[in-house]
Amino acid sequence: MARTILIDPVTRIEGHAKITIHLGETGAVEGARFHVAEFRGFEAFCVGRPFSEMPAITARICGICPVSHLLASAKAGDQLLAVAIPPAAERLRRLMNLAQIIQSHALSFFHLSSPDFLLGWDSDPAKRNIFGLIAADPELARGGIRLRQFGQELIERLGGRKIHPAWAVPGGVRSPLDPADRAAIQARLPEAFSTTGTALELFKGLLDGPLAQEAATFGCFPSLFMGLVGAEGRWEHYDGQLRLIDADGAVLAGALPQQRINEVLAEAVEPWTYLKFPYYQPLGPEEGSYRVGPLARLNVCERIGTERAERELLELRQRGGRVVNSSFLYHLARLIEILAALEAIEALLDDPGIGDTHVRAHSGVNAFEAVGVSEAPRGTLFHHYRIDANGLIEAVNLIIATGQNNRAMNRTITQIARQHIQAGPGSGQAAPEISEGLLNRVEAGIRCFDPCLSCSTHAAGQMPLHVQLLDAGGAVLSERWRQ
Amino acid sequence: MSVCTLTIDGHAVAMAAGANVLQAAREAGIRIPTLCDLEGLSPVAACRLCLVEIAGSDKLQPACMTAVAEGLEVHTATPRLRDYRRTVVEMLFTEGNHVCAVCVANGHCELQDRAVEVGMDHSRLPYRHPQRSVDLSHHCFGLDHNRCILCTRCVRVCDEVEGAHVWDVGWRGEHCRIIAGLDQPWGAVDACTDCGKCVMVCPTGALFHKGDTAEEKHDDSSRLVDLVRARQARQGSP
Repeated sequence: MARTILIDPVTRIEGHAKITIHLGETGAVEGARFHVAEFRGFEAFCVGRPFSEMPAITARICGICPVSHLLASAKAGDQLLAVAIPPAAERLRRLMNLAQIIQSHALSFFHLSSPDFLLGWDSDPAKRNIFGLIAADPELARGGIRLRQFGQELIERLGGRKIHPAWAVPGGVRSPLDPADRAAIQARLPEAFSTTGTALELFKGLLDGPLAQEAATFGCFPSLFMGLVGAEGRWEHYDGQLRLIDADGAVLAGALPQQRINEVLAEAVEPWTYLKFPYYQPLGPEEGSYRVGPLARLNVCERIGTERAERELLELRQRGGRVVNSSFLYHLARLIEILAALEAIEALLDDPGIGDTHVRAHSGVNAFEAVGVSEAPRGTLFHHYRIDANGLIEAVNLIIATGQNNRAMNRTITQIARQHIQAGPGSGQAAPEISEGLLNRVEAGIRCFDPCLSCSTHAAGQMPLHVQLLDAGGAVLSERWRQ
Repeated sequence: MSVCTLTIDGHAVAMAAGANVLQAAREAGIRIPTLCDLEGLSPVAACRLCLVEIAGSDKLQPACMTAVAEGLEVHTATPRLRDYRRTVVEMLFTEGNHVCAVCVANGHCELQDRAVEVGMDHSRLPYRHPQRSVDLSHHCFGLDHNRCILCTRCVRVCDEVEGAHVWDVGWRGEHCRIIAGLDQPWGAVDACTDCGKCVMVCPTGALFHKGDTAEEKHDDSSRLVDLVRARQARQGSP
C-alpha cells in the first residue's frame, strides 16, 4: 500500500515548511517533497511605491539577512539612477555584506546545525539545540555566539542597527565609517579568526570520522552550480559576473552580466509549495536545476585569493573534488566562507580609502528597468524592478537563493529518506515506528541549505514538528509530534 | 487691550482677549497635544487632539478655536480627554497606511510622537488598509496619500504664506484627500512655485523630498514661524 510520511513543520530553519515522504506499494521511498507553507507577497505590495524606498522595505523581508536584500535593492536603485557609486560606498557595502555572511553562517553552523554533529543525530531532541550545546561544549558555543555577534556588531556600527539598517540607498550609503568604529572592529578580529579556526578543525575531524556517512549520503548528486565570480574568477560576494558550471566544472555561462539574468533563468511553479523553482532555461526545469550558496560560490570560483581561506579551499577540493557535489559539505563551505570574509574585512579595514567621507551619488530617474544582484549567505539574490518615468514601481520580481536550491533540497531529502527507510512495510503490514533519528536526519538534509523561507515566498513563528504515515487512502497509520 | 483671567487645570492665567485657549495654555506652560496646529498658520481644528473640557458645558471644545473668556474654567487632562485623544490618534493610524518602519519620516514624525505621547501602544480599532496612491510627478517632491492625516497644514501654508494656493481638500468622507490644482498630478500644476513650504510643514511623511529613503525626512515645521515673523517685520505688520 502506498503511504506518505509527513514532517510538519520542519524545525531549526528560518520559516514554515513541512516534508512529505511518499512510500510505494513495497514500502520503498518513491520520493520526498519539501513544502513551503507560508506566503509573503512583497512582489505584489511593493507595486506603486517609490523605488528609493525599496531597500528599506525589502530589507524587512528577513531578520536574518536584511543586508542581502538591502544591497540587492540599492544596487538595482544605482542602475535606475544610472550612477557609479563613490568608491568608498562600494567598499563599505562590501564590508557590511561580509559581516552579514559571517553572522548568518555562524547562526546556521553553531546555533542551528552543530547540535546534530556534536550531540548526535539520535540525542534527546529537548537538548539537541544551542542550549544543549552550551551545556556540552561551553567554549565552542560561546565562541559561535560571539562570532555571530561580531558580524551583527559590524552591521550596527555601519548602519546604526543590527537588524534592518536602512543604510544602503540608491547611489551609495548614508554614512561613512567612523575611525573609532574601524578600530573597534579591528580589535575583535583575532578572536573571530580563532573561533573559526577551531570550528574548522573540529568539523573536518568529524567529517573524517563520525560524519563520513552523512557527507556521502546527504544530498550527494551532480547538479549545476551558480554564483558571482570576480576578476580572474575569484570568490565574490557583492559584484562581478555570474557563472554557471555543471557537475564536472564545465562552464555553461562564464561571464554573464548580472542584468542579463532573465535571458538564462526561468521559474517553474508547483501546486504543492509557495516556493518557486528557478532553473537554467536552456536545459529545462529538471536538468537545468542548480545549487547556489556557500558551496556553489566555492565551486564556481577559481580561487578565493586570501591566504588562509585559499588553503581551506584547496583542502575542500581534495576532499570532495574540483566540484564538490555533497550538500553536507555546505556546512564546511560556510566555515571556509567565514574565514574568507574575516580576511577580506581585515584587508578592507587596512585600505585607506575605507574612511573616505564621500559615500553617496545623487541623481534622478535615468533608467526604467534594473536587476540588482548580491550574494546572500544562502546564495545569489536578484531584485528585478521596473519603474515609471516618475520612479514609482510598476513590477517586482525577486529571485531568492532558497528558491534556487529548491529542487536540490527535494532531491536531498529523497536521498536521505531512501537511505534510512530501507525496506519499509508492505501492504497489510503494521505501520513502522517513525524514529526520532529519521525525522531529524531528513530535517538536517534541509538544514544543509540553511533555507530562509521568510525570504523566499514573501511569515515566521513557532515550528513544531509533525510526522505522519498515511496509507494510500489518506488514513493515518502512525504519527508523531514534536513541539 | 482688555485682558481675560481664566483657569486652566486650576492655574490662573491672564490672557489678552482674542487669544485662544491653546495659546493661553502654552503661555501657562501647560501642554495640550496638537497635530494640525502650527504657529504661523491660522487654526482649523482639523485633528481634534486639542479638545478640552470647559466647566458648565458637556461638549468638548477644540482649544485652538475656543476664545479665552473671563472666568473660563478649562480642564486639559481629564481621563475622558485622555481616552478621546488616544482614540483620535488610533483613528488616524487605522484610517491610513502608516508603516513607521519603512517611512521617510520615521523618528521625525509628529504623528508618531503623538502616539507615544497619548500612550498608544497598540490600536484598539481595526486597520482599514485603504488603497491609496503616491504622486511623484513633481520634479522635487513627492506626495504619499497613504501617510496623509488631512491636517491641511500644506493647504494653509501654500495659501496663507506662499500665496500660491496649489493645495485643496477634495472629495468627501473616507474619500477625502489633498488635491493639487483641480485634482491634477502635482507636477502638472503651474501655480506651484517649488518653494517646498508644504513639505516643510507636513507633520508626517506624506510630503517628502523625492529620493528620500526611510528615516531621511527631518521635521522642519518649526522653521515656519521664523519665516512668517521675518516677513511680518519686513512688511511692518505687528
